[in-house]
Amino acid sequence: MDILLKGGHIVDPINKVDSSSDILIKDEKIAKIGKSLKANSARIIDCDGKFVLPGLIDMHTHLRQPGREDEETFLTGSKAALKGGFASVLCMANTNPPVDNKGVVEYIYTESKRMGLINIYAVGAVTKNLEGKELTEIGQIFEAGARALSDDGKPIMNAQLLRCALEYAKMFDLPIISHCEDLNLSKDGVMNEGFISTKLGLRGIPRASEIVMVMRDIELAELTGGKVHIAHITTWQAVELIRQAKRKGIKVTCETCPHYFALTEEAVLGFDTNAKVNPPLRTKEDVEAIKKGLSDGTIDVIATDHAPHSEEEKDVEFDSAVFGMVGLETALSLSFAELIEKGPLNWKQLVEKMSVIPAKILGLNNKGSLGIGADADVVVFDPKTSWVVEIKKLESKSKNTPFIGKKLDGAVILAVVGGRIRYENGEFK
Amino acid sequence: MAVSWKRKDLLGLEELSKEEIELILETADSFREISLRPIKKVPTLRGKTVVLFFFEPSTRTRTSFELAAKRMSADLVNIQTNASSLLKGETLKDTAKNIEAMKVDIIVMRHSSSGAPHLLAKAVSPSIINAGDGSHEHPTQGLLDLFTIKEHKKRISGLNVSTIGDIMHSRVARSNIWGLTKLGANITVCGPATLIPPEIERLGVKITYDVKEAIEGADVINLLRIQLERQSQNLFPSLREYAMKFGLDSDKMKYAKKDVLIMHPGPINRGVEITPEVADGPYSVILEQVTNGIAVRMAVLYLVSGVKERKG
Repeated sequence: MDILLKGGHIVDPINKVDSSSDILIKDEKIAKIGKSLKANSARIIDCDGKFVLPGLIDMHTHLRQPGREDEETFLTGSKAALKGGFASVLCMANTNPPVDNKGVVEYIYTESKRMGLINIYAVGAVTKNLEGKELTEIGQIFEAGARALSDDGKPIMNAQLLRCALEYAKMFDLPIISHCEDLNLSKDGVMNEGFISTKLGLRGIPRASEIVMVMRDIELAELTGGKVHIAHITTWQAVELIRQAKRKGIKVTCETCPHYFALTEEAVLGFDTNAKVNPPLRTKEDVEAIKKGLSDGTIDVIATDHAPHSEEEKDVEFDSAVFGMVGLETALSLSFAELIEKGPLNWKQLVEKMSVIPAKILGLNNKGSLGIGADADVVVFDPKTSWVVEIKKLESKSKNTPFIGKKLDGAVILAVVGGRIRYENGEFK
Repeated sequence: MAVSWKRKDLLGLEELSKEEIELILETADSFREISLRPIKKVPTLRGKTVVLFFFEPSTRTRTSFELAAKRMSADLVNIQTNASSLLKGETLKDTAKNIEAMKVDIIVMRHSSSGAPHLLAKAVSPSIINAGDGSHEHPTQGLLDLFTIKEHKKRISGLNVSTIGDIMHSRVARSNIWGLTKLGANITVCGPATLIPPEIERLGVKITYDVKEAIEGADVINLLRIQLERQSQNLFPSLREYAMKFGLDSDKMKYAKKDVLIMHPGPINRGVEITPEVADGPYSVILEQVTNGIAVRMAVLYLVSGVKERKG
């Protein structure tokens, strides 16, 4: 059935729309945009007072399938994504087995189409078994449909190997998403190195662990002309380095995650393992720099780094707990609260960072837009609905978030994927 | 006494008020005499069960808690294990819940991970006493150090206390810093720059890398154990160089005040952080610390056992 979204505030940066309008979805595409649209057979949904956005695209998700279906699956991950406004996610390669060959890429597309409710795209590993030693068969991984390459979760410590990967991947225009961490500097670290780690007697991860690798990757981007996308940046120095690199015209993009602008290392006080994440939560100074970097365009993308983990991996001693937190369901509300309500970004910028630019980096040509003929991935966000993050209400199979108990403003009330309503007022379809 | 004890657990000195610390010290003072009697036993904790749950090897602290509990007539169970063997099977929390199900009153816990006792304190109803967690805190050691200093100097406020050694990995250093600053002492930490944790000055301490400066004017010098494994992590070049630069020997003692107290939480590496003639010399109160440890632990067991409110 056709869908007519009436009277919502449409934010469509690509087509320079940032005002109230109607939008008609026909089949799988956006059919019309304009005032007072009429459609006889369409389902009409009143969006007055709501924001209508192109479906969000998460460039950094761990869906744990194959291998850890007890933590997340394509189905539960899809539900979490829809509730958070994401119509598309890019799932990282550190599954079990890892996505280091064509077969696993094909599995991801087949299974996610069977089970999933959203668009799920695969990342291929840069190196076999994510070991940082031998390149994967990048050409075949590309032909099977991978949209990017990454060993995320692990850095590629060998700069020469990364250089080769960047040069080789240029042939396919594939971005390499780089997890910047110097493993010698971060060894045994479990949180940001600083006053709080000193106080708690926990081993710190110095900022330098991120900074030196960001420096290296910028140099490799310049050397190779390859597409470097730096994952989850957290430090003010990394923001500054990328700002300078962009000024020099070096082709590099980067992302941060909501927890790096919504939280500081103080979230670890009391040894909350849900605040144990890699890279670690940093300081107020870094949060300010991240916000500045988002507003001046240095930081291109907001991604979630959604990292589901079971209770038995998290509800243990801080040193033994695994890194990571879930983020699909809270990302948009947190971004709305921290970035729009508090000022550094407007809606246009937020939609660019959560949909338009990810589509561009990943080469998803018909996405990130509400233009006529674009894929009908549309979400409706109600800024006036507030909700409390509760374990029993989370759709993700894993509940590892430090935001449990927090009241968030704004919620997704409708999500359309490929012209089909997949989520509406708490119900999945 | 104006304050009464209300805490189910003793996890660290950070969260205690000055008055709570003083209450423990005064209670310890009243228990000290028990260990000097020919019949070293009182019925105070009769019918209470204490579990010593140690995930790291310990002789001194475990024995001290054991004697403290036994001299107060508590029933006592010793569980000694190591964290890695436990991790493969049951989680720490599950093990603790099993112990809880056996209706014990107090769990005294030593663990190599900072925050492990805090995890248990939230999960189970028995009182948790932290007997050392990772590099975080060792509150009863901090308390017995305060007790020993007070016994000799009659006060804490205004004293200059220097702690020399591996501050970075030391839970004793952290508990001492919290306790001493709350009671008004001035603290200097000294050691190789690689073993001074970042931003520690924000805890209200002075940093020096010059051991002479740390010794001069100090009323108390607290030496910390240097572990050989730190050398393999390149945190210092050799034990020999450490001993020459930071080890307290008779030569460096020339800079010390005439009434200085030399303390060490043990076990001592003779010839590394302290030479035998200083460890066994007239200024050393190292063995008194051990004696006082029992009184302090009796006080802590007694105080937490009196707290009625339990959460689960």
